[in-house]
Amino acid sequence: MTATTAGHDAVHDGHDHGHEHAPPRGLWRWLSTTNHKDIGTMYLVLSLTMFFIGGAMALVIRAELFRPGLQLVEPMFFNQMTTMHALVMIFGAVMPAFVGLANWLIPMMVGAPDMALPRMNNWSFWIMPFAFALLLSTLFMDGGGPAGGWTLYPPLSLQTGAAFPFVILSIHMMGVSSVMGAINIIATILNLRAPGMTLMRMPLFVWTWLITAYLLIAVMPVLAGAVTMLLTDKYFGTSFFNAAGGGDPVMFQHIFWFFGHPEVYIMILPAFGIVSQIIPTFARKPLFGYASMVYATASIAFLSFIVWGHHMFTVGMPLAGELFFMYATMLIAVPTGVKVFNWISTMWRGSMTFETPMLFAIAFVVLFTIGGFSGLMLAIAPADFQYQDTYFVVAHFHYVLVPGAVFSIMAAAYYWLPKWTGHMYDEKLGRLHFWCSAIGVNILFFPQHFLGLAGMPRRIPDYALQFAEFNMISSIGAFIFGFSQLIFLWVVIKCVRGGEPAPAKPWEGAHGLEWTVPSPAPHHTFQTPPQITEAEAHS
Amino acid sequence: MSTTTHDAPSAGSYYVPHSSPWPIIGSVGLFVTMMGGANLLNGHAPTLLYCGLAVLIVMMIGWFNNVIRESQAGLYSPQMDRSFRWGMSWFIFSEVMFFAAFFGALFYARDYALPWLDGTSASKPMTHELLWPTFEERWPTNGPGRVGGTFEVMGPWGLPALNTLILLSSGATVTWAHWGLLKGNRRQLCLGLAATVGLGFLFVALQAVEYSHAYQHMNLTLGSGIYGSTFFMLTGFHGAHVTIGAIMLTVMLLRSLAGHFTPEHHFAFEAAAWYWHFVDVVWLGLFVFVYWF
Repeated sequence: MTATTAGHDAVHDGHDHGHEHAPPRGLWRWLSTTNHKDIGTMYLVLSLTMFFIGGAMALVIRAELFRPGLQLVEPMFFNQMTTMHALVMIFGAVMPAFVGLANWLIPMMVGAPDMALPRMNNWSFWIMPFAFALLLSTLFMDGGGPAGGWTLYPPLSLQTGAAFPFVILSIHMMGVSSVMGAINIIATILNLRAPGMTLMRMPLFVWTWLITAYLLIAVMPVLAGAVTMLLTDKYFGTSFFNAAGGGDPVMFQHIFWFFGHPEVYIMILPAFGIVSQIIPTFARKPLFGYASMVYATASIAFLSFIVWGHHMFTVGMPLAGELFFMYATMLIAVPTGVKVFNWISTMWRGSMTFETPMLFAIAFVVLFTIGGFSGLMLAIAPADFQYQDTYFVVAHFHYVLVPGAVFSIMAAAYYWLPKWTGHMYDEKLGRLHFWCSAIGVNILFFPQHFLGLAGMPRRIPDYALQFAEFNMISSIGAFIFGFSQLIFLWVVIKCVRGGEPAPAKPWEGAHGLEWTVPSPAPHHTFQTPPQITEAEAHS
Repeated sequence: MSTTTHDAPSAGSYYVPHSSPWPIIGSVGLFVTMMGGANLLNGHAPTLLYCGLAVLIVMMIGWFNNVIRESQAGLYSPQMDRSFRWGMSWFIFSEVMFFAAFFGALFYARDYALPWLDGTSASKPMTHELLWPTFEERWPTNGPGRVGGTFEVMGPWGLPALNTLILLSSGATVTWAHWGLLKGNRRQLCLGLAATVGLGFLFVALQAVEYSHAYQHMNLTLGSGIYGSTFFMLTGFHGAHVTIGAIMLTVMLLRSLAGHFTPEHHFAFEAAAWYWHFVDVVWLGLFVFVYWF
């Protein structure tokens, strides 16, 4: 990974030149920056903003479902809320949060001066706010926003009004952004590692992102293809999803879920990476089974391409298809089990302390596993015929996404906030945030398992009376969880504005290059690549 | 950390550009283009779309200009070169996956959807019985509803075969140009590139002829059921990519004439050539599965 070159002097001139100038001030700094830390910060701010917007939509849903009967919103608006909540949370909150963390951390973790393609990095970010402006603007259009669910199944989604092309084209923009971001991350990891930072010495967060980036590049273009076909079916007379023309609406589901299932892992693999960084720190032990973690991640990524049919067991697939997708899906439990086992083994007989990042990480392990088990139940094709489109599915994927992906992001934020801001966050408030979130999220989603098993369909604004109690409990949990996040906002603002100065390595048990630079991390780090030795890598 | 040690192996040799206006201009351009495109589909005037496209074109010219000037100034180390190589390879992979979605639609329709509709597949007899019991599939088809009316089929021989020959030859000429570049023979480089660009645009022109023939004389349109949909979307996106590739190669030709490339340092040329081979391979898939079988 070293490179000595002809034209070296010219290179240095160009480079040093950059240091003499402080970054430009004001808004232009943020619009024009090529710095991975600036861009990482912008991604994280975007993500938090979208988290609150998507969260507000979720609270509209839960408020309507607080009691049976229609009380607050029109059913059509309710459907817009479920659709937009999903699109905003997936593409606007979870994915940008992980990309923001990747931007901040990967160059520092591998000892690189910046991302491999810094200008393109800026473009990847700045497409996103515009994409969401386009998407959210549809709520104010004639006929409202998209209401057919985030999966955009035809023919229903083709009945969307003026909003339709805006939705599709905003998804194209998000796709362009994701693909460029992923290319940048792969190039950084493969080409900018410091001398001695071999692949099998990389921190696990870097490994999981390498594999996630590969998934993104492989499937975002497939989503682009699928939504392009929707667009041409609606406006240019094609028949991809029209049986009269020889197409098939179910074909959309196949193409969509070929994207959709790897997408699920795009939202969880970086979470695995984060938790694999945090648990060893607070257990004060090296990660148990590093190599098996890497191979498990790669296996999960591979399997993600051959399980999409489990999202559509009830569409009338041939029996061979049902069986194949059922068994392939169950296989995923094996590498996932390896991971959970490794996290627990890392904690086993460790000198554990329970600072906020560790609390979130442990909650992740427990609650994500619950989501994994309900996934296993859903994988059983004959049983899935009962669960399909019920609240059981809603409970399942919210368990893996909220106390799964979102908790890992919270854990990461608390863990690295001292590095980003140079201040320690308020530990008391952090713990308060954790307990309110952990209790709230279970009150919110656990009853939904029972609702689903009892037969309550998802995506409805009204329901039969026997579902009233659990819905009310769930809604109470939603408001507890939702408003608890304001504590997080307060902690972050407080930590940015001041607090106890953080040392370079605020966590006693932490390892990794990011802890060798001062806190807050200087604008430019590792312009001279560090040398990584065997001993450091495995300490 | 803000001082650079000059004697470390790869110390500071990685060029990190300063702040740049082009990405934000590109984002605004893309936003306006998308908004304009959506407005056009909703029946409004295309003004906004054109404005957005203009901004995007200005952005691309400005950004690439910037990159070319940095490259000529010697700012790009071999390590930077490798970043570009990874970047381009993965970009081409993303394009492969985009085409895979449309090829997937073609195969799905032919191997699953149509056999279900015409009852030849044992796994879903009721689809045929209940929907169109008289429908008998014969590819190419516009489906049981005969969407778009009777049409003629675009055969593989004639123009498509000629186009195959043209595109494959252009793959050879671009390689010949590359050999010239590696030998330091600028004449061979420029001639080879000029031939490639010429063949590329000839291909696009012949595709245009084919399209106009299909629309005017064969009643084969985008609306001709699943056959018309897959035919025009696959060949259309391919044609768009050939056009992009030919523009890239035109820029490479102009840069070769300006004497930009050296036998050691010419990644831009290679990137364009990779892209060109990629559109070539996609065409072979199209020729076999869209035109021939």
